[in-house]
Amino acid sequence: MSEQVKFTIDGKACKTQKGTNLVEAAKENGIYIPVLCHLEGIKPAGSCRICNVKVNGRFMTACTTEVSDGMVIENITPEIQELRKIIVETLFVSGNHFCPACEKSGNCELQALGYRYQMMVPRFPYEFEEKEVDATSQKFYIDRNRCVLCKRCVRSVKTKDGKSIFAILGRGHQAVINIDHELANQLSDEEAQEVMNTCPVGSILKKERGYVDPIGSRKYDNKPIGSEIEQITNL
Amino acid sequence: MEQKITIEPVTRVEGHGKVTIHIDDEGQISQSRLHIVEFRGFERFVQGRPYWEAPVLVQRLCGICPVSHHLAAAKALDVIVGAGTGDGLTPTGEKMRRLMHYGQTFQSHALHFFHLVSPDLLFGVDGDPAIRNIIGVAKKYPDLAVQGVMMRKYGQEIIKATAGKKIHGTGAIPGGINKHLTQEEKDSFLNGADPLNIDKMIAWSIDAVNFLKDYHKKNKEFIDGFAAFPSNHLSLVRKDGALDLYHGVLRAVDADGKKILHDVDYQDYLEYINEEVRDWSYMKFPFLTEYGKKDGWYRVGPLARLNTCDFIPTPLAQKEFEEFKAYTKGKPNNMSMHMHWARLIELLHSAEMIKDLLNDPDLMSGDLVIKGEKKNEGVGLIEAPRGTLFHHYRINEHDQITMANLIVSTTNNNQPMNEAVNHVAKEVMTGQKKITEGMMNAVEVAIRAYDPCLSCATHALGQMPLELILVDKNNQVIDRKRK
Repeated sequence: MSEQVKFTIDGKACKTQKGTNLVEAAKENGIYIPVLCHLEGIKPAGSCRICNVKVNGRFMTACTTEVSDGMVIENITPEIQELRKIIVETLFVSGNHFCPACEKSGNCELQALGYRYQMMVPRFPYEFEEKEVDATSQKFYIDRNRCVLCKRCVRSVKTKDGKSIFAILGRGHQAVINIDHELANQLSDEEAQEVMNTCPVGSILKKERGYVDPIGSRKYDNKPIGSEIEQITNL
Repeated sequence: MEQKITIEPVTRVEGHGKVTIHIDDEGQISQSRLHIVEFRGFERFVQGRPYWEAPVLVQRLCGICPVSHHLAAAKALDVIVGAGTGDGLTPTGEKMRRLMHYGQTFQSHALHFFHLVSPDLLFGVDGDPAIRNIIGVAKKYPDLAVQGVMMRKYGQEIIKATAGKKIHGTGAIPGGINKHLTQEEKDSFLNGADPLNIDKMIAWSIDAVNFLKDYHKKNKEFIDGFAAFPSNHLSLVRKDGALDLYHGVLRAVDADGKKILHDVDYQDYLEYINEEVRDWSYMKFPFLTEYGKKDGWYRVGPLARLNTCDFIPTPLAQKEFEEFKAYTKGKPNNMSMHMHWARLIELLHSAEMIKDLLNDPDLMSGDLVIKGEKKNEGVGLIEAPRGTLFHHYRINEHDQITMANLIVSTTNNNQPMNEAVNHVAKEVMTGQKKITEGMMNAVEVAIRAYDPCLSCATHALGQMPLELILVDKNNQVIDRKRK
């Protein structure tokens, strides 16, 4: 049996197995720490910074931080909440997000975070940068206008022999998500659907699927993102 | 000295329009024009988007009858995904869409009659503009105002149950629909607490028809003579000639009732319909190609539909239809103000259709979507509340839209509205030295009869104050009034 560690989040006493990252540890204890780039089961990247918490008084990304005994973690404070809201706003202004007609609306994690942090209007100017779409794949419509470069697809979508189907093309400001058509064509319809679900925004769309989830039954139509974790009370 | 009168923008219509009336030295009207001066261009920016986005994206050009655009686009995409043209869907797919559409027509017709038109009828075209509005109606005729609000609510709830949202839903998808009706929704629409149940809606629709017929009896000259002029009429009709707002073949009749477009498949609409561009308006002028620009223009909407169809397939509306047809001895009705009569008969028909559909078990179970061999082009037509609506899309091998052509109802009515403005201007302004507010409203009443959605026609939004500008023949402004 692995070693158990004790820690606190916003003053609440918590415990988990040693080696667990902070996002998962919080989840086990019924506490939600928001994520965009993190996906359970894949190696954390810490790239989106939305999971920022204060560990013993210092900012750390929760997805890349392993819990250790005695850690004092701040998760919901005005300062951290504001920081997260700023991150959501910057993601909105740096892409071209048009929620009303996006088929991911209601299932989109970025949109759901916008609601959770009550983003009424971004405080930063929109960049309105021209971004190309790639519709040439048989399986997917890649809309780079909506990509937040979280790299979930790069890190998690692999062929059976371990090859990456998605990759980042270019660097820095010019970085865009790219797809290997040949490998993508080998995916079954079910696998393609999983890939679409992996994308936290509406950047990777499975072709010919649009809007099959009726309004009212989409993931975040009735409950805010994170509420499924916060409802856990029996630890 | 020639004068030009400008009414800008036109009020109590959806969107933003401007009217200019030119008066020559003898006080005669030399020319009248309805200008549509906005532009948004949905046809362009939908290009490059995946085809399945069109029904959700394009409906955003309007908040009044987005369902019409949602369904017309979905019907065009049915063709593209190989689900056939309108009648190829699963029973659930087609009937849920029909319910959505009749709910939409019901609420839109109620909105137009109770909110936009009733002030003119109750307070008169010359009535005090301070009370000649829906607030004035609510104060003086509260029961009527409440009926209007509740009928609209009922229709909007039907839309929500079928499309997911009251405005800008996602229910219709290429090849079908994305949900069933629940038992709870069905029970609520059929037997909901008073007044929100279908029997009350039917009863109120009958009251509305009777209200207009009574008004007609007392104001025959106005209703029969105001902005009356002969024209062709065009609409979809069911294959057997019945009124059908969701699907059918394209039929046109001339002012005497002779068929000039013989129940053709609308996939071939480009063979029959053309559009003229004029440099003074962003709205195009459609016409039947065979009859040319001068003689080929036509009216669409409730009046046109009752002129083209042979019968109405619901009993109460059919009874009213027979009375309506008898008034013109079976010939087409060319009186613009009778558009309101026709619209209210359709209101009643929509309520009856909703009741029939709600009792159909197919709404609550069965396959939602059907697909077949994919095509790269599709046309979808629907009878929107304001008239025939055309959506036409082409896609490339990557599923991206490469071409979109929308001919919206109000565009189809462009020339008729110009004709109506001209008739009324001549009638009320000829020889007049002073232009009154009542005269300005008379012009608007003529336009309002067509229930135009100028936002749809040019895909724009607008706020609608009213401005009157007098201009001499050298285009110098000599007077300006604003309300």
